[in-house]
Amino acid sequence: MVAPALGDALGPRGRRRARTASVLAVLAIGFVVYIALRRFAEAGQLDWDEWEPLTQRDVIRFFGKGLLHTMQAASVSLVLASAFGMVLALGRLSPSLALRTIARSYVEFFRGFPLILLIVFSFFTLPRLGIELTRFWSVCVALILYNAAVLGEIFRAGILSLDRGQTEAASAIGLRRRQAMRLVILPQSFRRMTPTIVSQFVTLLKDTSLAFVVGYEELLRTGQIAGEFYKNGLQSLIVVALIFLVVNFTLSRIARRLEVRQRKRFRTGTIAVAGPEDLVTVGLVDPAKS
Amino acid sequence: MEVLLNNLDSFGSGLRLTVALALTSFSGALAIGLVIAAFRVSPVPPLRAAGAFYVETIRNIPPLVLLLVFYFGFPDIGIVYSEFVSAALILAIYTAAFVGEAIRAGINTVSRGQAEAARAIGLTFTQTLGLVVMPQALRSVVPPLGNLFIALVKNTSLASVISVAELTFISKRLITSTAQGLLVFLGTAIAYLILTLPAGWVIGRIEQKVSIRR
Amino acid sequence: MSRTRAVLLSMLLCLGLIAGACASDDPEVEGTNGPDAQEAPEFAEDTTMAAIQQRGTLNVGTKFDQNLFGLKNPITGNIEGFDVEIAKIIAQAIFGGTIEDAGEKVEFTETVSAVREAEIQKGSVDMIVATYTINDTRKGLVDFAGPYFVAGQDIMVAKDNDTIKSVTDLNGKKVCSVQGSTSLKNVQEQAPQADVSISFERYTDCADALKAGRVDAVTTDNVILLGLVKDNPDDFKVVENTFTSEPYGIGITKGDQAFRDFLNDTLEEAYENGSWEEAFDSTVGQAGVEAPEPPAVDRYSSTGEASPAPDPSASTSPDASPSASASPTT
Repeated sequence: MVAPALGDALGPRGRRRARTASVLAVLAIGFVVYIALRRFAEAGQLDWDEWEPLTQRDVIRFFGKGLLHTMQAASVSLVLASAFGMVLALGRLSPSLALRTIARSYVEFFRGFPLILLIVFSFFTLPRLGIELTRFWSVCVALILYNAAVLGEIFRAGILSLDRGQTEAASAIGLRRRQAMRLVILPQSFRRMTPTIVSQFVTLLKDTSLAFVVGYEELLRTGQIAGEFYKNGLQSLIVVALIFLVVNFTLSRIARRLEVRQRKRFRTGTIAVAGPEDLVTVGLVDPAKS
Repeated sequence: MEVLLNNLDSFGSGLRLTVALALTSFSGALAIGLVIAAFRVSPVPPLRAAGAFYVETIRNIPPLVLLLVFYFGFPDIGIVYSEFVSAALILAIYTAAFVGEAIRAGINTVSRGQAEAARAIGLTFTQTLGLVVMPQALRSVVPPLGNLFIALVKNTSLASVISVAELTFISKRLITSTAQGLLVFLGTAIAYLILTLPAGWVIGRIEQKVSIRR
Repeated sequence: MSRTRAVLLSMLLCLGLIAGACASDDPEVEGTNGPDAQEAPEFAEDTTMAAIQQRGTLNVGTKFDQNLFGLKNPITGNIEGFDVEIAKIIAQAIFGGTIEDAGEKVEFTETVSAVREAEIQKGSVDMIVATYTINDTRKGLVDFAGPYFVAGQDIMVAKDNDTIKSVTDLNGKKVCSVQGSTSLKNVQEQAPQADVSISFERYTDCADALKAGRVDAVTTDNVILLGLVKDNPDDFKVVENTFTSEPYGIGITKGDQAFRDFLNDTLEEAYENGSWEEAFDSTVGQAGVEAPEPPAVDRYSSTGEASPAPDPSASTSPDASPSASASPTT
């Protein structure tokens, strides 16, 4: 679909032009793909010998294990970061100034920090401070510390996105603040946040690849080990990229579908985390409310 | 404190490299992102498909994987760039996918009447996009772009993996080689905050300047 | 006949007697005890050896990317190499049985160069056998048994490179080594003008950089370089002009004297009974290297206060740790 801002359907001349442009574009894209493939072929990188090891059953199982480790770290972190993030969100919305300040400082500190360094810190320095963790948990701790800050912001936005009327109605029927939060606000906002949480899982899966730097055997490291063994580093890394692509694309699609369904059901925007990751703008899609 | 003071020089040079990397790749990301956004809203279906393909592919692959494929894998097909250039290029390509999406979203916020009016006075698609829609779209795009810049500053840390001696590389070296990881960690945190906080402030100012008061 | 051999022989004899005696009611004993099988020794309580024996697994940190020393085979999942064989010899000394049986009881964890001290201090491994050079800085953080091998730092260059023949030729050249390695420090000392700005976490990454022409040379211990050359005989060659001596030791928790003595005894025994040489020939020897004379183990007296095993913080307090300086090497 053409963006709405760019006006209505093309006229006859416009259509002709678009057709010509299409043909040219297809040719140009085809040419680029051809150049790329030829480059691979000339270097012998398309030879079956280079790819064949990656089709062996044991190697597939090996990659599967890497993917599993990636999934494990990401899902454990998502669950725990969500819980922690909820605490942070409630802290930021609390009537107590002290709580708000603490929660806010936490979020600001951890959001502005490169995750890779947090992982290095958690792996190398925490043990020296007397906090013993396995490799898996030192990766998870870093992911949790960081994602709790991000999810906290998402939750906060989700809670704020609810119509004021909900809170007012809750207090009108005599619910206390805490009750209103638990019985009225959270259940509704949680539903709205589901798509965003799924997107955040995609981000987490990508972030888990950083655990590579401390030797956690996730998908990327798996690919590297295989590449070293079969002397086909390029092919192994490309396969890793493709696995990430397929898994994350599927999850992104699910997130989008959930979002569309919710828009229909609630006739409101969901919480948009504009951009990727961390990213960031936690705000509302619906401009009327922002 | 000693560990930080003794290494002030390294931190300084690391900081400079991080800034250089962030600025270079952000310029690149803006350029590529604009093209991608234009592709995605163009009336030419193959270009729209190419734009969507780019965004979906790049967005769903961890940037570290992209970096390693490019830096360690591509020499096999004769593509060799220095550490800094490799990192800047991959960060630009990765960030461009999000920049493209942000700009596209911005274009969608420009009201339909603007484009209709442009066409009514006889502007072509390119003119409509370049002279009427884009300038308006870019205003609403400032906050997400600002956030993307901040995210990019953090992502420059990936360059440490291919031995670009930026902030994270310096800090990692000190964390693993001294017993004072906590101090180094806090020092680095402050260094990154020094970078991201002013960036946030500048973005806020730009936003105020360009916002349309209605 | 040496004393150890006599001990071994008498042990075998006893074993034979026991096996014979039990054969009627326990046929399994004979099955598991091959000709080289040893009896599981008994250790004093509270020793690390006893704890490992009771646990039934020996946790060893090694490298997974170090050809000839510790390389992970993605198909079988096995780690193969000289370091692995050394770990198995230790396992046999703790658990008894044949070397194959004992090998099954070793649990390998990947420890890249930069994490080795941290892993020992954390106690996540019992020992680290990972081309681990013994030096004074590290002795402040961990203790070493051995050395079980002495390597020397050498230089690997592209096959057609005729300009780099010794370490001084590295001045003005781009040289790759691994972050936090002694190799990096050595080259900085002996060729101060060498450009060492490119360093990675693994030597295979350096080899890739050399192949891509990003660096002019890779420098580290000769045996590691030999492994890289063995995999890429058309691209690389080793200069064969070593300029350091790198004693590889077994890293353990600082202050665990009993365990260190035990490891040293075991190594000496392996030197005597030929299992050390066998381990060498089946691994490093594959790159065309003759087994050298095994090095004498160094029973140095551990300096710094001995800290009890479960308390890693004691040995890492700034006072006890010489590495608290800003030096990039560990």
